[in-house]
Amino acid sequence: MGLSATQKIVARHCGRDSVAVGETVTVKVDLAMSNDMTSPLAVKQFRSAGATKVFDPDKICIVAGRHMPFRDEAFGKAVGLVGEWCRDQGIKSFFANMEGMDHALVPDLGLIRPGMLVCNADSHTCTYGALGAWGLPMGSTDMAYIYAFGETWVRVPETIRVRYNGKPAKYVTSKDYVLATERALTVDGARYKTIEFSGPALDALSVDERFTISNMGIEMGAKTSFMAPDQKVKDYLAARTTVPYEAVYSDEDAEFERTVDIDVSALEPVVAKPHSPDNVVPVSELKGIRVTQVCIGTCTNGRIIDLQQALEVLRGRKVAAGVRLIVTPATNIIMREAERLGLIDEFRALGATINPPGCGPCAGWHQGVLAEGDVCVATHNRNFPGRMGSPKAQVYLSSPYVAAATAVAGEIASPKAVLS
Amino acid sequence: MIMKGHAHVVGDHIDTDQIIPARYLGSLDPKVLAEGCFYNLIPQFSTKVTPGDILVGGENLGCGSSREHAPIAIKSAGIACVVARSFSRIFYRSAINIGLPAVVCPAAVDFAEQGTEMTVDFDRGVVESGGKSAAFAPFGPSILAIIAAGGLVPFMSQRLVREGASA
Repeated sequence: MGLSATQKIVARHCGRDSVAVGETVTVKVDLAMSNDMTSPLAVKQFRSAGATKVFDPDKICIVAGRHMPFRDEAFGKAVGLVGEWCRDQGIKSFFANMEGMDHALVPDLGLIRPGMLVCNADSHTCTYGALGAWGLPMGSTDMAYIYAFGETWVRVPETIRVRYNGKPAKYVTSKDYVLATERALTVDGARYKTIEFSGPALDALSVDERFTISNMGIEMGAKTSFMAPDQKVKDYLAARTTVPYEAVYSDEDAEFERTVDIDVSALEPVVAKPHSPDNVVPVSELKGIRVTQVCIGTCTNGRIIDLQQALEVLRGRKVAAGVRLIVTPATNIIMREAERLGLIDEFRALGATINPPGCGPCAGWHQGVLAEGDVCVATHNRNFPGRMGSPKAQVYLSSPYVAAATAVAGEIASPKAVLS
Repeated sequence: MIMKGHAHVVGDHIDTDQIIPARYLGSLDPKVLAEGCFYNLIPQFSTKVTPGDILVGGENLGCGSSREHAPIAIKSAGIACVVARSFSRIFYRSAINIGLPAVVCPAAVDFAEQGTEMTVDFDRGVVESGGKSAAFAPFGPSILAIIAAGGLVPFMSQRLVREGASA
């Protein structure tokens, strides 16, 4: 019996040739991370335990760019203290100057490479799986321990294989693939497990489109997401880093707990209805649902291709009266590129609000919080009750195409309906 | 170790946004987090808890955001232990790390009733309530060591002292 990529990555990081599924082992961490929301507690716990020195300042990266600039004094103070701690510890990778949010930033900086084991105090750390890395989401206290010792315990998970087959129709995107997968696996169908995404329709996607899929593994309960790194990933990395890496692949005869086949040819654009990411229906089933807000952005869909797809629908049209269109590029690199391409000007001309790079209103923290009665279509990854503000607001998750079509129609709409 | 308190029952897939909304995350003050605990789901939850009470959840408790403020809010509200059909992975680790034992015991969730007294006996691995009892699987050695130390921070302190690296 061969080994899964997951088993190989874990084995490599605990100094063994192989590990068995279900075993608990201690692994060395290649990169340890936390963000503006989760670092203050990690640093507090590190100090409470009496730790004085991090295991390796060059293997720690703290991105305080999710909710910048500060919305209040307490938050500003907490992030300031994290910055001081980074200086004291000699951590050079501290980003707190509006660089944007970690999951879009660190891959773009070439800090995530195939075969790495990355721990980050954030649930969407599974995003790094699109580059063939093992991104393990953790809590802040787990990160405090890793900051001190550079290691943590893990149970070697089973792997569920998802295969995307076929060729998509126009306006069917990787967001539709992953929402269709949510529907198939449900919000806890992959709990404690790795989801290995594969198949010809995945291979056909760009790396940026693949991040949308790996990002939402956690919404199926997964420990992490994984994709076998191909030539596109190698090219992506060649443009960003010269650090060597050793990619890891599942063996032909690796044991998968189950395989879920999804024929993307049969998909039409879909939407996750309130209040769960697995409450997925074809957009054509939704009639007459008026919206008050449309959000485009986040670690799921806040990259250049997402902005371009939204504008493909919006260009030459108007945002419907009574709809707030909010655009949040995930990082400043993306913001600058979008400016260079003229995308930001186009959004502004449509009357859109451009948020600073980061998470925007996704977590209901600022920059577009929903009130009772609001109905929002968002390209985000979560629509749990109260996620974006009032628990009496309704949040629908979609691709940038559907979000843009909805902004034009003023009600949930498919891109085809708006463009015909 | 035996814990005894009244059961507070919640449903399936209660995510961390529902346990503690993001607007409370600017603070690490247990009082503030207790006040925000289940803010939208069970208004004034912390005033309904007697210290030592037990939270009973359904499937996938604590799914969603990794925010450790969620188990801290539950603990700060006075809850001593959480019993559920299943936990989301990050919440499970974090709860144990902060000294809030998390017990997987679907059978106990079946017989748990809101407000009824519940006992969790960690030595025997048994949950009891309303004259019924159910066994739960023992913790693995990695988790047991953390629970025995009283959470990951004291566990960490012990290792730092052992390695002569403590402040």
